[in-house]
Amino acid sequence: MAAPAPSSRARSGYEGLTLPLLLPTWAVIGIFLLVPVGLMVTYSFLTKEFRGGVIWDFTLAAYDQFFLDRGLFGDEPPTIEWTYLGIFWRSLRQAGLATLICLIVGFPTAWFIATRSARTRTMWLFLVTVPYWVNLLIRTVSMRFLIRDQGPFNEALLALGLIDAPVSLINTNLAVQLGLFYSYLPFMVLPIYAAVERYDFALSEAAADLGASRWTVLREIVIPVVKPGIVAGSILVFVPSLGAFLAPDLLGGAKTYMIGSLIEEQFKGSLGNWPFGAAASVILLTLVLLALLVYARSQARAEAR
Amino acid sequence: MDLRRYPGFLPMTVLCLVILYTPLLVVMVYSFNDSRSITAWGGFSLRWYADVFTGPEAPRFKDAAWNSISIAFLAATAATTIAVAAAVAMVRAGGFRGKSATFALINLPLMVPEIVTAVATLIFFSTIGLTTGYLTILLAHTTFCIPFAYLPIAARLSGIESVYEAAARDLYATRGQAFRLILLPLLMPGIVAGYLLAFIISLDDFIITNFVKGAGMETLPTAIFGSVKQGIKPNIMAISTMMLAVSILFVTLSYFASRMGQRART
Repeated sequence: MAAPAPSSRARSGYEGLTLPLLLPTWAVIGIFLLVPVGLMVTYSFLTKEFRGGVIWDFTLAAYDQFFLDRGLFGDEPPTIEWTYLGIFWRSLRQAGLATLICLIVGFPTAWFIATRSARTRTMWLFLVTVPYWVNLLIRTVSMRFLIRDQGPFNEALLALGLIDAPVSLINTNLAVQLGLFYSYLPFMVLPIYAAVERYDFALSEAAADLGASRWTVLREIVIPVVKPGIVAGSILVFVPSLGAFLAPDLLGGAKTYMIGSLIEEQFKGSLGNWPFGAAASVILLTLVLLALLVYARSQARAEAR
Repeated sequence: MDLRRYPGFLPMTVLCLVILYTPLLVVMVYSFNDSRSITAWGGFSLRWYADVFTGPEAPRFKDAAWNSISIAFLAATAATTIAVAAAVAMVRAGGFRGKSATFALINLPLMVPEIVTAVATLIFFSTIGLTTGYLTILLAHTTFCIPFAYLPIAARLSGIESVYEAAARDLYATRGQAFRLILLPLLMPGIVAGYLLAFIISLDDFIITNFVKGAGMETLPTAIFGSVKQGIKPNIMAISTMMLAVSILFVTLSYFASRMGQRART
């Protein structure tokens, strides 16, 4: 665009107002999120008080309980405690599989939308994003209603004669993955869409002219080029899936217990253990920040190219 | 060979939309079911909608709906106001010390997992001795709504050249007048979109609210969650359908608000 006029007031006029303009943001997010996260880290090193709450005595007890098994009376030599690591491992696997399902369905969808004409493209995008704005709880409840043993999904399959007895989907790992997939799919579609939209199809043409088949072009040319979009989408699905509470709680059972439920229980009623819940949250937050760091580095590398 | 088309991609897109919409459509249809059983179809009826407003659970839902809507209104208003100020500083004031830290701070609510935010917020309110209830929900909601309001507003603002304000200032408009009469109207589509998104995000929240609501306080999602724990009853489907309609209405409005803005610009 044209260069700004060389007037004395051609600058925007907001210089010097930065502090008052940003003060509310710093105050609100600082006080009600940044300070609380710091406090949560502190709590994870405190002693638990029965009936919830803490005693201000610093200890590593919460992390000890998380990682080490010292026997029933706490006097045996410590071995690795697998209960909570197992729950974290299961959450990582569930979130990973949900991300994979999102990628398998989301990539072709994003590709298809990005290759439509400019006019129909917005309509397709709108169709994919609308369900995201519907209340997550309502979507999860709807999924539960649909796939329960006597639900419409089984009724339809029975009526069509495809199955003889209802498929028991509810309370399985698959149901939880389906729920997570349903919760976060648009997060996968949108970044991939943005990447494919910018993709230069001359690259595909060139490869095809040199004898590459359609699928070789996809594998060797397209996917490496749109990879930042795929990575972004995967992170955006994986991160919220990891700490999800509603999908495992409403669609899963005891066997699909995930981090979100583990943390939630530590703050409910008299059985809770605040320092332990805080420690589990700190570990979850660390995992998420690591994932975001990997993401930031891969995006930086992609930009450098 | 058309390299834009891949066999199987259209069916996958259709499958994707079928998975996205089937649960919602099924719940919508069953909310009009006359039967008390949620399995058998007993004919079309509006009885569950009447039940929501006059049935035994009506007072509970009414209180929850009032809490949800008033909190969403207040939180979205506060978050949007804060976000406009932040966006003006971030987009218009040029480079300043702590800019990237501020950017990270604004996006912090999006990066911290919801359950962690919930835990941290509960611990914070408990430490400072603030009784959990309406106020704590409102404060928590305002905080996590800020980035959702900020993103569309900042995107819109970076598309508006500063020459308009500069022209107004050259014609002796005060800084306040240039903002109010020039920038604010141009920014309005972004503000509307940001406000609506923040409103829906607040209305949508379950996990954080569940942690900081305190005993006896309910919003619609926590009230629905409590009911669903005892099985999905038809009145829940009626409430869900109404909330679904509200969400879709808001998203559609937000979509047209930002499109109208685009058209006005070109």
